[in-house]
Amino acid sequence: MIEGIFVEGLIFSIMTLGILISYRILDLADLTCDGSVAAGAATGAMCIIAGWGIVLSMVTSFVVGVLCGLCTAVIHNKLKIPGLLAGILTMTMLYSINLRILGNKANVPLVKVRTLYRVFPKAFSFLPSSFAALLGTFILVFIIAAILVAFFKTDLGTSLGALGSNEQVIISLGMDPAVLKYIGLGLSNGLIALSGAMLAQYQGFADANLGQGMAVQGLAAIMLGEFLFKTNRIELITLRVALGSIAYKALMFLGRKYGHIVGITPNDFKLLTGLLVISSMLIAFTRQKSAEDAAKKKALSKIKEAHNA
Amino acid sequence: MLDLEHVTKVFEPGTVNEKLALEDINLHVDKGDVICLIGSNGSGKSTLFNSISGSFPVTAGKITLDGKDITKMPEYKRSFQIGRIFQDPTRGTSGSMSIQDNMMLSMSKGMKGLKYSMSKENLKLFKELVKPIGLSDRLKDNVGLLSGGQRQALTLIMVCMSKPNLLLLDEHTAALDPKNAQVVMNLTDEYIKKLGLTCIMVTHNMQFAIEFGNRLIMMDEGKIILDVKGEEKRKLSVPDLVMEFRRKRGKSFASDQGLLV
Repeated sequence: MIEGIFVEGLIFSIMTLGILISYRILDLADLTCDGSVAAGAATGAMCIIAGWGIVLSMVTSFVVGVLCGLCTAVIHNKLKIPGLLAGILTMTMLYSINLRILGNKANVPLVKVRTLYRVFPKAFSFLPSSFAALLGTFILVFIIAAILVAFFKTDLGTSLGALGSNEQVIISLGMDPAVLKYIGLGLSNGLIALSGAMLAQYQGFADANLGQGMAVQGLAAIMLGEFLFKTNRIELITLRVALGSIAYKALMFLGRKYGHIVGITPNDFKLLTGLLVISSMLIAFTRQKSAEDAAKKKALSKIKEAHNA
Repeated sequence: MLDLEHVTKVFEPGTVNEKLALEDINLHVDKGDVICLIGSNGSGKSTLFNSISGSFPVTAGKITLDGKDITKMPEYKRSFQIGRIFQDPTRGTSGSMSIQDNMMLSMSKGMKGLKYSMSKENLKLFKELVKPIGLSDRLKDNVGLLSGGQRQALTLIMVCMSKPNLLLLDEHTAALDPKNAQVVMNLTDEYIKKLGLTCIMVTHNMQFAIEFGNRLIMMDEGKIILDVKGEEKRKLSVPDLVMEFRRKRGKSFASDQGLLV
């Protein structure tokens, strides 16, 4: 059971990393992810069923996700529409497209086909199947995260960070912010779609409604992670996202298992996730304010001391 | 090297808020010129800077830099030639990134590739460059932790790393306390001389404008009303400037701040 939480959390952390890129690194609230995670799941499932093999299917999912991100970025850049609205537009359009990908069905099961979670138990046959799934997921997520960290340490990756922090700097450095937004949103949604493809294989089906509320869940995971420790190093931020994602899935598991005691049902989870994000922001806000107050007090006492001396 | 021909800028044309911010500006800047630009608030200094750097398109006229027509070039492309420092120290650096990341990005202009420029040699170079402002041991710290003066000095160092053909300083010491303003100004002077930069600097301080650089331009109501250089400039005094303004415009100089030394 506990392995399940970790597998779910690790798959979820790939999506959260995608949201981290748009929300924290680019500072652009992108809601495309609700659509692109389902697009990734649908593409992955249909390609696997069509016999493309696991690797090619997942690469295709990633590419489809990149296209979703580019769609949002084009709307945002060319029509000068705020990123939030551009994302909502793409997400809404993707709902229809995802149903098309799934052959006009809301739900497509992955039966009698080779998926990651049928390969892992065979590859790690020395482990019980649920632990084999965990080990396989861990290795895969670790590789993806390592590539991502390596990317963010390159000059181009660093530029993406600068864009989110101060667009004027990017312009002053002779870079076109629009191009960086294409790269950032493309990468972000590519990862989200990849996570969708993994999730479809893990749960054994692809669903057009898979993405509902994913953006908020990703935010909740990012914020849970940010309570763990403070850092500005990308490798630790990535680790923090993974831990936050697992913690979020664990909370949801506890909710499912023990929620009935206080009368909570899975129907309440979206509400609870939203409240979790709000309370995280509230705590972060209160912390910052108290730090500012302390700094103010210190400055005043310094003036007083200087006056007395 | 920089030429403005009949440059005019009208804000919000066709509305009740229509405002003529620049009126038929003609300006020729020679290579190596260090120009002080003065004028009261709303005289068009910042609009002139924004037009040169490309923050917005001009309504009419032509701008040439090094013989190339840049009138319609987007701002990010002009940045290859033009370095600009704003009054607000937070605008020139990325606050949530480390000093070394900021400096690494400033090493070259244009889109960055998938390579790692954070080498030992470059770190040594960064350390050397920030030595005058005492930040050699803080390269890994976030820029957001620096004081306004340190941050503005860092911006200056970063802008000069790519040796811009034209340096635009938009009252870059006005938001700093006098001590830090002096540090940043000394560093500016040093870089201009060391790299032989061509520079236009907006300042509110008339005495300083007389002493610094080889040329002085005064603006009022979107027009250049005074342009003196060399010997003629050196002989100027603050009362001369105020008199000149009154004679040309038939009114007194609007801002007392300009009289402060």
